[in-house]
Amino acid sequence: MPTFVYMTRCDGCGQCVDICPSDIMHIDTTIRRAYNIEPNMCWECYSCVKACPHNAIDVRGYADFAPLGHSVRVRRDEEKGVIAWRIIFRNGEKDMNLLAPITTKPWGQCTPKLKEVPAPSKEMRDSQLLFNEPKYIRLDDGGLHTLESNGLKMQAGVCY
Amino acid sequence: MITSNPFAELSAFIAPGVMQAYVVLMILLVIGGTLLDVKHKKSAQYFFEKGKSLKKLAKREVGGAEKIGLAVSTLANEVLASGEFENPDRRKSHLLMMYGFVTFVVTTAILIFGVEGETSGFVSLLWHLGALMVCVGGYWFWFKIRVDVRSEGHAWHDVHLSDLFIVSLLLTTTLALVWSLLGSMLIFALFIAAATTLFGTVYWSKLAHMFFKPAAAFQKKVAKADGSLDKLPELPELTDPVVKERYPDIPTYMGETPPYMGLGIKREAPTHY
Repeated sequence: MPTFVYMTRCDGCGQCVDICPSDIMHIDTTIRRAYNIEPNMCWECYSCVKACPHNAIDVRGYADFAPLGHSVRVRRDEEKGVIAWRIIFRNGEKDMNLLAPITTKPWGQCTPKLKEVPAPSKEMRDSQLLFNEPKYIRLDDGGLHTLESNGLKMQAGVCY
Repeated sequence: MITSNPFAELSAFIAPGVMQAYVVLMILLVIGGTLLDVKHKKSAQYFFEKGKSLKKLAKREVGGAEKIGLAVSTLANEVLASGEFENPDRRKSHLLMMYGFVTFVVTTAILIFGVEGETSGFVSLLWHLGALMVCVGGYWFWFKIRVDVRSEGHAWHDVHLSDLFIVSLLLTTTLALVWSLLGSMLIFALFIAAATTLFGTVYWSKLAHMFFKPAAAFQKKVAKADGSLDKLPELPELTDPVVKERYPDIPTYMGETPPYMGLGIKREAPTHY
């Protein structure tokens, strides 16, 4: 379900406008606070929810992970490198805290510098592979990637 | 010129009693407009109900002395330093306008109520300085920040009803300065019209934000202190063995002592829209 903004928390800083991949978080022309201009087009990526420095944006979670009427709130702490979730059921008794590491690379580290990369050859253009196809999904280069080949061991409670 | 009381010359045309009655009327209009605004937006009811719902999630009771401490910190940070603004330009512009406005209003009252006696040139200087500060902060907001902050990119001449507060505030201080310099009665009439609009339209404008924004900031601090955290999750210490055991992802991906991961979204100001 789409995002919504708590007006008492938002200061109209524009971080959500900046980060929204669908370009649907805008600053309201009347009250100068952020709002979702097209809720139908929101795919609940939580980018704005995690980016908001005031935690002013929320998403009503779907009924498939908690009965409707619950509260789901999230904090992305870049300094600690974690994302924390809290889900409170509508009866107020079930109150869950969850924590996971941020698995994307540090912000700004992977900005492609296409100007410095040589132009693709004819062979590359005719290839089925995308430009910079990640090595983990390539099957033509060393076969299937496994936990073992990446130096990892299966461990209970860890997502791979 | 800027150290002389502009209302002293005016008292030859308008009786001081009339000017003083006007100031009292404006104060009454602000109080009345704010009360109507609170009733219309149900803001008091909102804060009361939210406070009740967060109390149910509270992990501990926040005592009276601690609440006073939180109120003082809200006053020092959010009210006096506009600490809530993430955008540094908006914060500077807001500080200029806020301190300019307060200085302008207070010195106006001092100059008008002291019009019959001798008022210090310093008060008149502050009156001009306050108006100038509002103009600097306000025009900066109007011509640069306001245009940037809106993803729709409306131009400076695109005025809406929501701009009632900022436009009437800027007109009031600008016309006050122009009237003080030129002494024209036409400019004075326009100044009074702008000031009456500013203080008489609280119900439709955002002047009342000065009352509910500190209340929201205070509630946010109480929610942090009592452990309810406004339903937000906790961010535990990652080196804590209990945390490591409960969330094995943390040591697996981040190591025994997770490193500092950088500023993230705060790395750069939001200017891409």
